This record gives sequence, structure tokens and C-alpha cells, in this order.
Amino acid sequence: MDLSFSKDEVAFREEVRTFFRDNVPPATRQKLQEGRHLSKDEMVTWWRILNKKGWGVSHWPKEYGGTGWTSVQHYIFNEELQMHPAPAPLAFGVSMVGPVIYTFGNETQKKQYLPRIASVDDWWCQGFSEPGSGSDLASLKTKAERKGDKYIINGQKTWTTLAQYADMIFCLCRTDTSAKKQMGISFIVFDMKSKGVTVRPIQTIDGGVEVNEVFFDDVEVPVENLIGEENKGWDYAKFLLGNERTGIARVGVSKERIRRIKDLASKVESGGKPVMQDQGFREKLAAVEIELKALELTQLRVVADEGKHGKGKPNPASSVLKIKGSEIQQATTELLMEVIGPFAAPFDEHGDEGSNESMDWTAQIAPSYFNNRKVSIYGGSNEIQRNIITKAVLGL
Amino acid sequence: MDFDLSEEQRLLKESVDGLLTDSYDFDQRKKYMAEKGGWSKTLWGKLAEQGLLGLPFSEDDGGFGAGGVETMIVMEALGKALVLEPYLATVILGGGFLRHGGSAEQKAAYIPGIIDGSKTFAFAQLEKNSRYDLGDVSTTAKRKGDGWVIDGEKFVVLNGESADVLVVTARTKGGQRDSSGIGVFLVPGNAKGIARKGYPTQDGLHAADITLTGVEVGSDAAIGDPENGLPLIERVVDEARCALCAEAVGAMDESLKSTVEYLKTRKQFGVAIGSFQTLQHRAADMFVAVEQARSMSMFATMASEFDNARERATAVAAAKVQIGKSAKFVGQQSIQLHGGIGMTQEAKIGHYFKRLTMIENTFGDTDYHLRRVTDAGGLV
Repeated sequence: MDLSFSKDEVAFREEVRTFFRDNVPPATRQKLQEGRHLSKDEMVTWWRILNKKGWGVSHWPKEYGGTGWTSVQHYIFNEELQMHPAPAPLAFGVSMVGPVIYTFGNETQKKQYLPRIASVDDWWCQGFSEPGSGSDLASLKTKAERKGDKYIINGQKTWTTLAQYADMIFCLCRTDTSAKKQMGISFIVFDMKSKGVTVRPIQTIDGGVEVNEVFFDDVEVPVENLIGEENKGWDYAKFLLGNERTGIARVGVSKERIRRIKDLASKVESGGKPVMQDQGFREKLAAVEIELKALELTQLRVVADEGKHGKGKPNPASSVLKIKGSEIQQATTELLMEVIGPFAAPFDEHGDEGSNESMDWTAQIAPSYFNNRKVSIYGGSNEIQRNIITKAVLGL
Repeated sequence: MDFDLSEEQRLLKESVDGLLTDSYDFDQRKKYMAEKGGWSKTLWGKLAEQGLLGLPFSEDDGGFGAGGVETMIVMEALGKALVLEPYLATVILGGGFLRHGGSAEQKAAYIPGIIDGSKTFAFAQLEKNSRYDLGDVSTTAKRKGDGWVIDGEKFVVLNGESADVLVVTARTKGGQRDSSGIGVFLVPGNAKGIARKGYPTQDGLHAADITLTGVEVGSDAAIGDPENGLPLIERVVDEARCALCAEAVGAMDESLKSTVEYLKTRKQFGVAIGSFQTLQHRAADMFVAVEQARSMSMFATMASEFDNARERATAVAAAKVQIGKSAKFVGQQSIQLHGGIGMTQEAKIGHYFKRLTMIENTFGDTDYHLRRVTDAGGLV
């Protein structure tokens, strides 16, 4: 048992850190630090820089452009990325549909889609949740009916993140209505510009538009857009959801935010002295830092385990990462609220594109607090995570 | 970075787990508790036979030169079985002072007795008003000729009732809360001037209040610098805190296991109560708490070997906070989920709860250590 990183790993961290320092556009970094949403251009620009470096799809197999890094290197890369901070590669393409395609797709599909994911020529979105199918995802109703060499797709998806930018969607559709609910689902990908696809934005409580409703009205999709076998989509979905196990803790994001809390709390005064000198506040912050340290260690345990036993079988401790990771992210946004106190109130109507000169640095703190309530809901709500622990770990 | 046990460590774990499975079920524990002093000499002998009492000592001193991870393995196992024998007091604390501060003569005089199981130790530190402050010492050690005369009162000294050797903290100069001027002394348990009032503790261990009146010891009794013993005390107590964290993880593991078992077997409304989601989620939260505690126990174990005293202390304090929180939650919820049965002296689960509760209040509780982490500027 040894907690220290090897010489090579320390050198790797330095290499990654230096690259981020020299290559992340400063405005992008600042927006992230302030909790603002990035524009499509800002994200794509950065991802292309990352891809040019060869780090865009780092965890993919080498033959598809991956790096061949160890689990520990991936961990270091993600942590440095989150702490810088810089935008993570678009999960829907890189972490979700990409691995499904290179694992279950045919050669044509691999050639067609994978390079375009890496180069961000295609922006992907995820068609899983439906109005009636949230935690009970397998009850989904969007239908794909086979007619000759086409599927005709009808139905509605929701909470579709950044669908407004998307070129492609991967979609769970029901292809057999007579089968037991998990059995009749297929994994189909198609162009968002197809006739019959309508995207309608959903404004969230922070005022932002990250998620959308997506409607399908007789959308015609060629049958070769089916990934893997028909009616096996649920297996691929489970594979996909189990794939992004360790990033979910977002330890680096919380570390970066704690630094920001300390920075702001040293500048904001209360009772004639900086908030950071208030013993009650300091203890509250230290308590979160301890939880975060424990989470970081739990994550390292999962990472080390993954390195040993290979990918594929999710470590049940990853549910701990989701639950604790989201709670800590939320706790840090609460502490930021506490730091600025009454100045949380003003609402900035210019939103994310407001210029920094005209906009007070406090403007995004309340929206970020509101927005972060999502982290215990998405990706399998924390209650669903508890169900997973109950069954997979405790055997109840 | 590696969280796996080495082959030797795995064998150690198997052997200590095996020994305790064979000789430490709940009924056997009751018998040991009824023995003189509240623990079993026979079982202590078995621990010695397996080499567990010599684990952390260097090979030169007759031990195995094992590190923090090995101690963690043993303490987890002891925690699982709710072991009563004075491993913490003797091997970790008594042995720790000798390892980190003892002269060659002191090591030669005392360590063999620890390793072969013939001598046990107790750390006489707590005073009426010192609470968790290791530098708050009003017991005095005054020069007399070459040696020392010690006067003072010590409380809740674990294994203080039966220990052959007491390790006593006493002030050689300065005021009650000065960080310098504290010495650490080896005092025979039966020395003239020592009065021991023994009693069982809430968790089934034994402790004593000890009065030292004009206790005379030789010049060879002082461990390390008699005028600057606090850094040594802090180092050894940090190791004891790590050991307690590991013991607590063992006790929490077993509490969770026992609780899940109960949820599967106890029936109400015609079904196993483990089919109720409220109880399932509580158990899942207990699992999260145990895993977070385990992570911090590992962190503290690895940090306890840091040379930088400040970093080491902050890491250990952080671990003690996490363990304290997790232990309280797991302990309380174990009782809750066992229902009325959990309230009985007869069921084992309540004894885990009691041990976990006492661990929280040993060598600094959650609030105390949270303040230490805070004063150190946090961890990020």
C-alpha cells in the first residue's frame, strides 16, 4: 500500500498542468471559475486544441486515437483539467457514445463516427430520459418501427443537454413493444437535422438553457444507424452508464471551488474582518475539505482497483463517488453563497455573455448554487445510487 | 500509488482474522471479560505466539519491523472482534514511546517483555482538566539526586489497572499549559506511592484512576528529553489515533454486516424488513459512511509515517474527524435498524455502538480535531 505517486506520474502531472496553463484560452478559464456557461465556440475551440495535442479522447483504445495512459494517469489528467479549470471533453460523444460504438458498433460505424467525435465535427447529445421515464428509464416509450430499410421514430425525449448545439443524437427507442420492458429497446443514432426532429429549450431555475425537450415526428432513420443488435439497447445503455465511473466525483471541480471560496472569503468583510477569519465559517469549510479528502481517497481506491482488474465491471464504490461527489459540489456552492451573503441577490440579465467590466463577480454565485442542485438528480439520482448500493453491495 | 496488500500483509490479515474467528466469538468475549483485569491472559499469549505483539518493533529490537499498514490490518481485525486485550495501550502506546524515544538500554529492558507477552503497559496522560490537550500537564516530576520524584493524578488510564509499566507524562518545568517542560517517564505499576483505582469502562474495557504520591524513579526512567517531550507524545498519540481509526473501521464493518443480516432475517408485516426502501437507504448511507471512513483510515496510516510533523498531525486529525462522524452515524443507525433488540445488553450490536462511541472521545473528539484541521488552514 502506497499513496505516493511515482516519479513518472509526478512528471506527467507537471506536463499536463503546463499544457493547460499554456493552452486553455484565458477567457474560457475565467468563465468557468466564475460559474458561467461557455458558448459553443468556446468549447469547440478548446476541445480541438486538446485533440490536436492527442488528448481529446484520452481513454479510448489507441487504435481509435486514445493515449494508452494508465488509470492513474487518467485520474491525474482529469484532476488537473478540473482544477485549472478547463472544460472536460464533451461527455456525450467522448465518454458515452464513443465507447459504445467502438465496443458494439460495426467497422463502418467506427470509421464513420469515431474520428468525427474526436475532432468535434459532430456534437452529440443523449436521448435517454423521457417525460414519463426518468429514474424508471426502461419504461421509455419513444418508438422505432422498422419499415423496409428504415426506422420510423416517434416520441419525445427530455433533459437533453445542449441539444441546441447537437449534430447527432444517440437514442434509446422501443423496437419491440411486446417484450419485457428492458428487452425491447434498441440503441439508434441519427442526425439532428433529420426531418421531424424539433428541439425546444427548457429554461432552468438559474436562468440558463442547458437542457431541452426533443420531439420526434415520423423521423426516418436508415437501419444501418442501429448500433449493435436490435433489442439489446438496454445492455449498451448500462455499459455506457457504468463507463464514466470515476469522473463523476468531480474532486478537482470541488478543489478548485474551495480555493475560490478561500480567495473570496479573504476579500469579503463581515464585522470588520474577512469572512475567512470567522471561526464558524472556517470550521464549516474545513469539514467540507475533510469530506473531499475522504472522497478523493475513495476515488483513488476505485481508480487503483480499475487498473488492477480492468474495465467493464463497475466497482460498486462508484455509487459512493456519485453520492458524496454531488453532496460536496453542492456544499461548496452553498459556502460561496454564504461568503457573498446579501450580494447574492442581484440578477444579471446579460447572463453568460455579460462583459466582465460591467458585471460584478458575484453575479453567477446564486445561479451556480441553483444550477448545482441538478448534480444529485442527474446521472442516476442519489436515491437511485442508494438503490444500487442496496442491491449490488448489501444484497438486500 | 497502490492500495493492495502485499503478499506478507495478506498473510498477516489471514492469520489474525483466523485467530480471532477461532477464539473470539461473542460468548468467548464475555468469558474473557469476566477474567481478572477484564481480559484474557491466554488470548494475549496467543497474540504473542503469532508475533502480533512484536509487529511494529525493529528487527534489532526483536520485532518484525512492520509499518503502519500492518498495524492497521491488526487494529481492524481487533475492532471487528471487539477485542478487550490491551493492544493499543501496550503495543501502540507503550511500544510507541520506546520505539520513537527510548534509549538503547530502555529498549533492551522493556521491549522483549512486550513482544513475549509477559508485560503490559498503560499510558497515564489524562488529567482532570487537560481534556484533549496533550500539553496540559500539571503532574510534576522534580529532580531528586540523579532521579525524579513524580506527584499527580491521572484519570481513565486504559489498562491502568493491570499494567506492569506505566508511561507517565509529567511536568519538569514551566506552567500547566506550557508546551515545553513536559517529560515522559517509565514507572513500574507497583512502584511505591502509586494508588490505582480500577474500573470497567462503558465499552467493556478496563481503566484506572491513578494517584502518584512522591513516586521515585531513577535517571533512566525518562524517555527522551525530559524537558521537551511533547513532540514525542504527539507523535505516539498520532499513531494511537491512527490505530483507533482502523479499529473503528473494523467495528463499523462488522456493525454494518450485522445490521444488513438483521434486515434480511427480521420479518414484519409478513416480509423481511430489508425490503423497505427507507431501511435500505439508511443501510446504503451506512455503507457510504464506512467507505469514507476506510479511505481516511488509510490516508492517516500512510500519513503517520510523514516526517513533517505538521502535515502528519493535520492528516491524522482529518481522519479522526471523518471516523468520528462515520462512527457516530453507523453506530446509532445500527441500533435504530435493529430496533428493540439493539437496545439489549445481550445483542452484540450495542457493544459495537458503545466501543465506537468511546473511540470518538479518545485522544480528541470530532470537534477538537475539526478545530485542528481548521487552524492548520484546511486540506486544499
